Amino acid sequence: MKKKKDSKPETKEQAPALRSGAQCVIDGLAKAGCDIIFGYPGGTVLDIFNCLYDAPFQFILSRHEQGAVHMADGYARATGKPGCCLVTSGPGATNTITGLATANMDGIPLVCITGQVALHLIGTDAFQEADVMGITRSVTKHNFLVRDVNELPEIIAKAFYIATTGKPGPVLIDIPKNIQRATTTLPTIAPESVSMRAYKPDVKVAKSDIEKLAELINKAERPLLYAGGGAINGEASELIRELAHKANIPVCTTMMALGAFPENDPLSLGMVGMHGTAAANYAVDKSDLLISAGARFDDRVTGKIDQFASKAITVHIDIDRSAIGKNVETHFGIHGYLKPVLKAVIPQVKPSKHDAWVKQIKEWKSKFPLGYPQPEGVLMPQSVIKMIDTLSKGKAIIATDVGQNQMWATQYFTYTQPRHWISSGGLGTMGFGLPAAIGAQFGREKELVVCIAGDGGIQMNFQELVVAVEHRLPIVVVILNNGYLGMVRQWQELFYTKRYSGVMLSQQGRRPNEDITEQQKYLPDFVKLAEAHGAKAYRVTTDKEVEEALKEAFKRKHTTVIECIVSPEANVFPMIPPGAHVSSMIGHLKN
Amino acid sequence: MKHIINCLVENQPGVLARIVGLISGRGYNIDTLNVGPTADPTVSKMTIVAPGDAKVIDQITQQLSKQVDVIEVVEMTNKPHLEREIVLVRVETKDNAQRAEVLDIASTFNAQVVDIQKDSVSLQLASNQNAVSEFLKAMQPHHIIDLSRSGVIAVGRESL
Repeated sequence: MKKKKDSKPETKEQAPALRSGAQCVIDGLAKAGCDIIFGYPGGTVLDIFNCLYDAPFQFILSRHEQGAVHMADGYARATGKPGCCLVTSGPGATNTITGLATANMDGIPLVCITGQVALHLIGTDAFQEADVMGITRSVTKHNFLVRDVNELPEIIAKAFYIATTGKPGPVLIDIPKNIQRATTTLPTIAPESVSMRAYKPDVKVAKSDIEKLAELINKAERPLLYAGGGAINGEASELIRELAHKANIPVCTTMMALGAFPENDPLSLGMVGMHGTAAANYAVDKSDLLISAGARFDDRVTGKIDQFASKAITVHIDIDRSAIGKNVETHFGIHGYLKPVLKAVIPQVKPSKHDAWVKQIKEWKSKFPLGYPQPEGVLMPQSVIKMIDTLSKGKAIIATDVGQNQMWATQYFTYTQPRHWISSGGLGTMGFGLPAAIGAQFGREKELVVCIAGDGGIQMNFQELVVAVEHRLPIVVVILNNGYLGMVRQWQELFYTKRYSGVMLSQQGRRPNEDITEQQKYLPDFVKLAEAHGAKAYRVTTDKEVEEALKEAFKRKHTTVIECIVSPEANVFPMIPPGAHVSSMIGHLKN
Repeated sequence: MKHIINCLVENQPGVLARIVGLISGRGYNIDTLNVGPTADPTVSKMTIVAPGDAKVIDQITQQLSKQVDVIEVVEMTNKPHLEREIVLVRVETKDNAQRAEVLDIASTFNAQVVDIQKDSVSLQLASNQNAVSEFLKAMQPHHIIDLSRSGVIAVGRESL
């Protein structure tokens, strides 16, 4: 053993230090590089909280366990580092399920520590007992129940190793109370030194696969790059740029990959899929080589699956072997990390122009721009997003909720950098935006973080606003208040003959509230609600007011909530109806 | 078509639940599932028999492989392999004539007689799944009191 050079007196044959399980948790987290943990205390994690008091990292108290997991998630998405959270057993653990499932669907590295009743009480329906292993198995990448304190140091290291390698994901460690109190002499282990025989995330890509991919690219006349969440998780955006520019290949991204390729680049087609740009969807339909770079052919992208990219040779590069061929039978699958694959293929790709193809793309882009009606005297939600883009010069980190607010945020903000788009993709979790914005701001203190939410989703985790205020986080929460659960209302308008069932949030004109006063019009009164939480708040109804409120908020002096009263029945267009082909696209402008 | 998938897993608590949960959660059908120890006490072997086309079987194989506790997944069907299923069946024999009939079927299928009571016979057959099914079909006219099938187990037999 190497002796450390420090000031402590050296003793020969020093007895190994005896540590409690709880202390092992803190030491393991520190060793794994944790600098912040989000959570909520309770009976079965008291020992860990006792050690947390002296921990070398920050603890952030959320106001609900779901908020804590989303914060850890937002932190992970914004920084690329694993997010950490700590909650108690029973209800504490069950409240994390939505957050874990959200991270699991999007491949976000999290380590979630839950307390559990003492080992001998498991199975007795003890106070605050839940079968957390059973409940979380299908919403985590992996989970552990610690049965012996001597296993704890290794399990913590393994959890970080599993969470951050391969396709990342959430890992849960369930630690019974008696294990936290038991002691061990075993040392802390670093995640880098873990080796597991049954889990080998490093895959070698065959040289012949790289050569084949290069050949396909060199032969293609209408190639298209289709970047997905793997491009962000795999830190591959620079290489995507390099490949695109070398062979003049247009790029579309999934929602998860917004920012993986700069949207102000002439080769950018923006987002593909149900609410993607017309140009991106036409390009997929007409391309002769579609290269998925870490995208998984989700149904929100493919629509009618047997007609998706029907003229193209499809290539799928993914670190998750099970994703290849799952939704679409691709012609050529490459199982591996995106970065080394792109790195290896770029030197073999010949510079090319693809003049006719690029010209065609340019034509589509100018012929079918994104646009929306702008009636007099009505604030349009799209204009609000555009204003955020303009005033932040496209540099804000955008965290969204789910639904129309999210889709408008994809369409009218210009994403140019990875990790500036924080949104629940696969699971589509309402209530995600605000806590995720808080986590992102903790991870990227110097950046402007804007949460874009609807009047529905914001109410799902509004309580977390207090956390932003108490930590002086200057996040800006923009609520697009249209009085409806807008996306569901849009589907009811388009596919259910306008029968608006269970989607009205506004009290106006609604029985028994037909004769409400002006003051009661806003239920809840978001301005008062925000002020009660200690935030600065504005209600705006015109473009000019939006501009003024945003300018003030962007000075970053306060946590600010801006409630925008927007057009109640604005829709997200263009739209390819679910399960349909691009030719069925509705609501797109035509120049 | 039926496929036999051998799955080597870490011999740890909860692994069976993990595999079963995966199979039901993703909506795959399985005919039989057999779990047992291997020569290495830290490793268990699961043998899964599942119906499905190549795409479904590939998905099952890949999803199993992705599990952190799964060491190796081998699709046995298209490789040289030995497969066996064992069945224990107890059949009612009211009189000597019926007993003779039951024993006759048993000897046709090479099933062993493992127990005889005054009013019943217990038989054992270890064979491939089809033979076991055929044997039970032949036994159907008689009253089957109890029946246990092990599910298929399989080992490879390709040269090393």
